[in-house]
Amino acid sequence: MLENIEKIRSDFPILKRKVYNHPLVYFDNAATSQKPKQVIKAITNYYENHNANVHRGVHKLTEEATELYEGARKKIADFVNGGDKRQIIFVRNATEAINLIAYSWGRENIKKNDEILLSEMEHHSNLIPWQHLAKETGAKLKFIPIDEKGELKIKNHELKQYVSAKTKLIAVTHVSNVLGTINPVKDIIEQAKAINPKVKVLIDGAQAVPHIPVSVQNLGCDFYAFTGHKMLGPSGIGVLWVKKDLQESMIPFQRGGDMILRVTFESATWNYIPWKFEAGTPNIEGAIGLGAAVEYLSSIGMKNVREHEKELTGYALKKLEEIEYLKIYGQNNIEKRVGVIAFNIVKNGKIAIHPHDLVSILDGEGIEVRSGRLCAEPLLSIFKAEAAARVSFHIYNTKAEIDRLIPAIGKAKKIFKVA
Amino acid sequence: MIEERLYREVLLERLENPVAQGVLTKPDLEARLVNPICGDEVLIQLKVKNHIIEQAVYSGDGCAISQVSASFLAESITGKKLEKIRKIKKNDILNLLGINPGPSRLKCALLSLEVLQKAVDQ
Repeated sequence: MLENIEKIRSDFPILKRKVYNHPLVYFDNAATSQKPKQVIKAITNYYENHNANVHRGVHKLTEEATELYEGARKKIADFVNGGDKRQIIFVRNATEAINLIAYSWGRENIKKNDEILLSEMEHHSNLIPWQHLAKETGAKLKFIPIDEKGELKIKNHELKQYVSAKTKLIAVTHVSNVLGTINPVKDIIEQAKAINPKVKVLIDGAQAVPHIPVSVQNLGCDFYAFTGHKMLGPSGIGVLWVKKDLQESMIPFQRGGDMILRVTFESATWNYIPWKFEAGTPNIEGAIGLGAAVEYLSSIGMKNVREHEKELTGYALKKLEEIEYLKIYGQNNIEKRVGVIAFNIVKNGKIAIHPHDLVSILDGEGIEVRSGRLCAEPLLSIFKAEAAARVSFHIYNTKAEIDRLIPAIGKAKKIFKVA
Repeated sequence: MIEERLYREVLLERLENPVAQGVLTKPDLEARLVNPICGDEVLIQLKVKNHIIEQAVYSGDGCAISQVSASFLAESITGKKLEKIRKIKKNDILNLLGINPGPSRLKCALLSLEVLQKAVDQ
C-alpha cells in the first residue's frame, strides 16, 4: 500500500461525503475517476486569473491562457513519453480520438477488401467507428480471439493468421475495461509490422494510462488514444497521440476557426499540426486540468500507482474468490491485469442476482460499483453474460474499503436468498 | 433501508413465484423492448376479445425490478379494457410495486409499461 495513502485520500474532497449515511467507497474508477483538489484548483485558477481564448490576439490574458494550454500539452506529452508535444492532439475523449482517426486517416486510406484487425475485447468505442468505416468502404473487420483467461490468443505466433498485406489497420486496447487484461501491445506491434511493415497500429489506452506506466514512443504504435477523466483529470478532454509525419498526411477532422493559416472566400490552407486537428475554441480548462492531473500522478509516480493497485487487486481477487457462487471474468495473475474486476453471482449456470440488483444493494451500503453491459456487449456474450457487476480501483482506494465490499455482497445474497 | 426502498419481501416472493409469466403461440398483440444499459428484456403478449384483455403474459430476462414489474402489470391488466392501457401512468406502476426507485432504477421499473403501451399502440 502507498505509505502516504491518508494524505492522498485527503487530496480528494469527494471522499469525505456519505452515501445513504455510509462513508463513500468509490469503486467505479474504470468509468471515471475522482479528482484531486490540485486539479480542481488548476481549473478555478485558470477561470479566476487567466481566462481568455487561446492562439488569438496579442493581449496579456490570451498569452497566459495560451501558455497554460500549450504547457499542458507538453506535460501530457512528457507523461506518456510522447516525444515532440506536437504529436499530442487534444480531443473530447478517447471515443473522439478514435473517430478522428477513422475520419482523417481511415476514410482516405482504407479501401474495399482491405482489412481492419480488432480484438474481441474492444470497448464499443474501438468497435463501432470501425464497423461504420467498414460499411462505408467495403473493408472487412477481423477479430483476434480471446481465451478462457481473457487473454488474446497470440502466444503461439497466431498473429500471422490475422495479419497480411491486406491489413491496413490494427486497433486493439492496451488494457481491457472488463477483464482488466494488460495486452502485450509492444509484441503485437513488433510482430504485426514484421509481417506487414505498412500496417498502422492504434492502441486504445483509455484504461492503461491512468493505471500503468506508459511509454508511447517505446511501444512503436502509430496512434495512441486516451482520456482525461479516467486519470484524475476533468471530463471533456482526451488525447490522441499521432506520429508527426502521419499527422502531416492526414486531412482535418473538423473545419473552422484556429485550424487554418490563410482563408479566402473560396478556399483555405490548414494550420500546422496539431492545431490542424483542433478546430474551434478548444477545452482550455480541460487541458489545464489534465495537465495538473498528470503532474499529480507523476508526483506519486506511476510505478507506485501500479504497485498500489496491484496489491489491492490481489487482495480483492482473493476475498472475492472466497465468496460462494461468485464468478470472476478474467484471470487472477495480478502481473497481467489491472484493478478492474467484473463478476456475477452465478448459481447452477444462471446469474442468480442480476448485477443491477446487486449493485443497488451495494449502493445502499455506500459502495459505488458499475453494472450493466460495460460498453462491451460482444465480449460479455463470449462469457454468456448479459450483464456484469464491476469494481475498479484507483490510488485512493484501500483494503479497508474492500473489506466493506465483501459483507455487502453477502447482504445481497441474503436478500436474494442465494445460499 | 434498501429492503424498504427497492427490495420489498413481496416483490422478492413474486420473483420466486412469478405470476402471468409465459409465452403465447398466437397472441393478438405483442411487443418486446430491451433496455440497452443493462440488457433487461421484456416481452408482453396479449389475447384480446371485444377490446377486452382476456389474457396477458410476460417473459424476458433482466433485473428483479424489471421482471417483477412486468409480472404485476400483466396480472393487473387482465380483464381490463384495451383503451385503459394508454391511461396507465408511471405512478400507477410505482404504486403497484410499492417502491420508490431512484432515477437510475426507474427505467427498470417502467420498462414493462413501455412494452405494454407499444404493444397496444400497434
